[in-house]
Amino acid sequence: MSSRDNILNAVKRNQPESSMLPSLKGLSDMPDSFDDYKRVVEGLGAVVEEVVTEEDIIYALDKHLPERKRTVDTRSAIQQEWIHEDAHLLEDVDVALIPGQLAVAENGAVWLTEHQMKVRALPFITQHLVLIISRKTIVATMHEAYEKIGGPETGFGVFIAGPSKTADIEQSLVLGAHGAKSLLVLVTP
Amino acid sequence: MKVGLFIPCYIDQFYPQVGIATLQLLQKLGCQVVYPQGQTCCGQPMANSGFEHLTHGCNSLFVDHFDGFDYVVAPSGSCVLHIKEHLHEPAREAAATNIRQRVYELTEFLTDILKVASLPARFPHKVGLHQSCHGQRGLHLAQMSELVDQPYSKPGHLLNMVDGLELVDLDRKDECCGFGGTFCVAEEAVSVKMGVDRVADHVKHDAEVITGTDVSCLMHLEGIINRRKQPLRVMHIAEILNNTI
Amino acid sequence: MNSHTSDHATLAGKFNENEPRVNWHDETLWWVRKKRDRMAWSVNGWEQLREAASDIKRHALGNLHDYLVQFEQQAIANGAIVHWAADAAEHNRIVLGILQKHQVKRMVKSKSMLTEECHLNPHLEAHGIDVIDTDLGERIVQLAKEPPSHIVLPCIHKKKEEIGDLFHEHLGTPAGNADPQFLTAAARMHLRQEFLQADAAITGVNFAVAETGEMVVCTNEGNADMGAHLAKVHIACMGIEKIIPKREHLGVFLRLLARSATGQPITTYSSHFRQPREGQELHIVLVDNGRSRQLGREDFRNSLKCIRCGACMNTCPVYRRSGGHSYHTAVAGPIGSILAPNLDMKDFADLPFASTLCGSCSNVCPVKIDIHTQLYKWRQVIVQEGYAATGKKVSMKAMTAVLSSPATFKVAGKMGRWVLKALPGMVNNGFNPWYKQRDMPAPPKMSFSEWYAKNNKDEQQG
Repeated sequence: MSSRDNILNAVKRNQPESSMLPSLKGLSDMPDSFDDYKRVVEGLGAVVEEVVTEEDIIYALDKHLPERKRTVDTRSAIQQEWIHEDAHLLEDVDVALIPGQLAVAENGAVWLTEHQMKVRALPFITQHLVLIISRKTIVATMHEAYEKIGGPETGFGVFIAGPSKTADIEQSLVLGAHGAKSLLVLVTP
Repeated sequence: MKVGLFIPCYIDQFYPQVGIATLQLLQKLGCQVVYPQGQTCCGQPMANSGFEHLTHGCNSLFVDHFDGFDYVVAPSGSCVLHIKEHLHEPAREAAATNIRQRVYELTEFLTDILKVASLPARFPHKVGLHQSCHGQRGLHLAQMSELVDQPYSKPGHLLNMVDGLELVDLDRKDECCGFGGTFCVAEEAVSVKMGVDRVADHVKHDAEVITGTDVSCLMHLEGIINRRKQPLRVMHIAEILNNTI
Repeated sequence: MNSHTSDHATLAGKFNENEPRVNWHDETLWWVRKKRDRMAWSVNGWEQLREAASDIKRHALGNLHDYLVQFEQQAIANGAIVHWAADAAEHNRIVLGILQKHQVKRMVKSKSMLTEECHLNPHLEAHGIDVIDTDLGERIVQLAKEPPSHIVLPCIHKKKEEIGDLFHEHLGTPAGNADPQFLTAAARMHLRQEFLQADAAITGVNFAVAETGEMVVCTNEGNADMGAHLAKVHIACMGIEKIIPKREHLGVFLRLLARSATGQPITTYSSHFRQPREGQELHIVLVDNGRSRQLGREDFRNSLKCIRCGACMNTCPVYRRSGGHSYHTAVAGPIGSILAPNLDMKDFADLPFASTLCGSCSNVCPVKIDIHTQLYKWRQVIVQEGYAATGKKVSMKAMTAVLSSPATFKVAGKMGRWVLKALPGMVNNGFNPWYKQRDMPAPPKMSFSEWYAKNNKDEQQG
């Protein structure tokens, strides 16, 4: 017999009696305002700016990331050849602008999928990450987030909450481990 | 109300004053207290070491001595928890079940059964309360720091009734002292370090006396205090609640 | 497999030879515990959330067979290649086979306690494959040639000066520079090159969803993603107990995991891997290695609910003062002490005794595993199976003989007190572990029962 069959047989033999799945209702009693989201994500080391127009976005980039050289904007319809190149070539990206599908007030996380990031490596390999979310998409908890997200639409999706970080050296928090060194969240109305 | 007084073995042998204080306090509060002679031990030292199968003798003796009381009360959360969770006697299981349901640690008996609202006690000292784990997390004598729950403390509630007593806050209000039964000798280094750290927390907050609901933990802390000649002492909570001078 | 020669008490004793280090270790982890408390209090319905998580896991274990089959079907439909490994050796063979097929010489790995449990690194290295651990803490212990001492904080036992020395030796950083910011930046530079050059990436798995066939991997550093999204082969290794039924259940576990682990509201990255990217191979290795056996142990199967947050370690007063290495197993601390005896009861017979049974672990556990009760139950099993030390057996029998007989107890107690009073040197010597650093209680004149008999002559029997 194969290991697969052996394992499955042993599991079947040894697993306990089935029990009911719990209801997830009533677990989401948390605030869902923009202020709550902002407070939490800033606590994680992100910077939040409210924007309305494209000019506002450029202004925010100039304000927070003035030294940027290579910027990749996944919303742009033109000059997207990088999408078809080897992801390793994104190594010199300074700033990646990616829209998020929704944001979660309780933990500051933004949900995005391959649809938004185009290339999976992008939000991680970029030195600085800029996520654009709409105020209207802020939900209170992860329960509402999954409810809104529904089933998988692409091969990869991720919640991102703050810049990459580590506290592995004596528990002192350092931003910028392997992923983006900073996170700027731009919030549209 | 007929109360069977259960005095754990190490209290009987090393801290008789705790047994005396418990007896007098219960009598003072109107209980008819009987101490069944011949009792030995709840069997916990063996059971916690993996030898629960050797505790039949202890269990049988316990049922011999404590069958038929309205309540069984002991000045030890740890021993009471052991009885509550592990007392079985196949020949007399109904009696064993009855005891398991009627056995109380002293402070929970005072607050939950006697519903004591005031005490004629005086103890003008700064006191730190050591929450022994089995009473704390096993018998729920106080709100546990790990759980999101309303604050309460049965021993704290009683100590606050004592005239002149000032209860000090601790940095770690319910951290284990490291006694742990045979752990205290089997894991000597860690056990002592845990005890040293607990004592330091009380010293840091100027406690003159460390009190608690379990003499086993206090004995361990006292051993450390005396060896290091530290400026505080231990007293079982019964001794404080029974103190009138 | 296990090469240790000392038990927990001995190793913990060594750890305690450096008291300032113990204090630092204890205080650092206690600080993490306090952050966890603050997070728990900030969530409305925290205790209900734990209850829900525990119930989901119980349901998942009760239907594990069907969920595994469903997960496999979905994963295959997603384009992944699924492997099954009965034990550590088979797991290592499978991973090596995949790497050899692709002629991989250098690969990156993000945190996976399973691969630690299986001792994958030495196996691959013996076959000429360089494994680069990419979690900063894991990279540090890898450079130090040590195993992780904590499942979430792998190098929590190391001081920054030691890390500075390691980086100086291996990465060429300036001698004496021990600034965490600087060292982290150096590691980022060093590991970026590894990510860019690696042909394959191994990741662990935090949750595998039966409904969708996807796997969720949580990191703060982004190392799992850097590895998996750049390499042409992604191998995800997971224990069979990682399965949860539905995607919506991720909401429960992701709310609990980071809050319990480090006191963060969520990890920086919660990545949902479902399909390989175009041109990539995605392998999933499902590992049993004793888990199906543990599933059959009624008293211990709940240990399989564990989501590896490490909260039980941070809260454990023994772990904080003995260090992760004293547990001589991949998963240390309270949870490790109930998992390890299932892997090897003889080798790990000491671990269930490395606890005071204080119960704090069970209270912080986000999936409500009754850890301290299982520690107690393992003690009974280990004694019954004959793995208790002989000395302990003899003394227990003597203790039982005394405590089972009122007459003997009286005499023994009297003797004990008499010995204490008359000849302190007999008991209070270096051979008595109590007395090494603690005084014995002053022996009283009479026992309580003697006092009672004297003062209550009329009511001798109850």
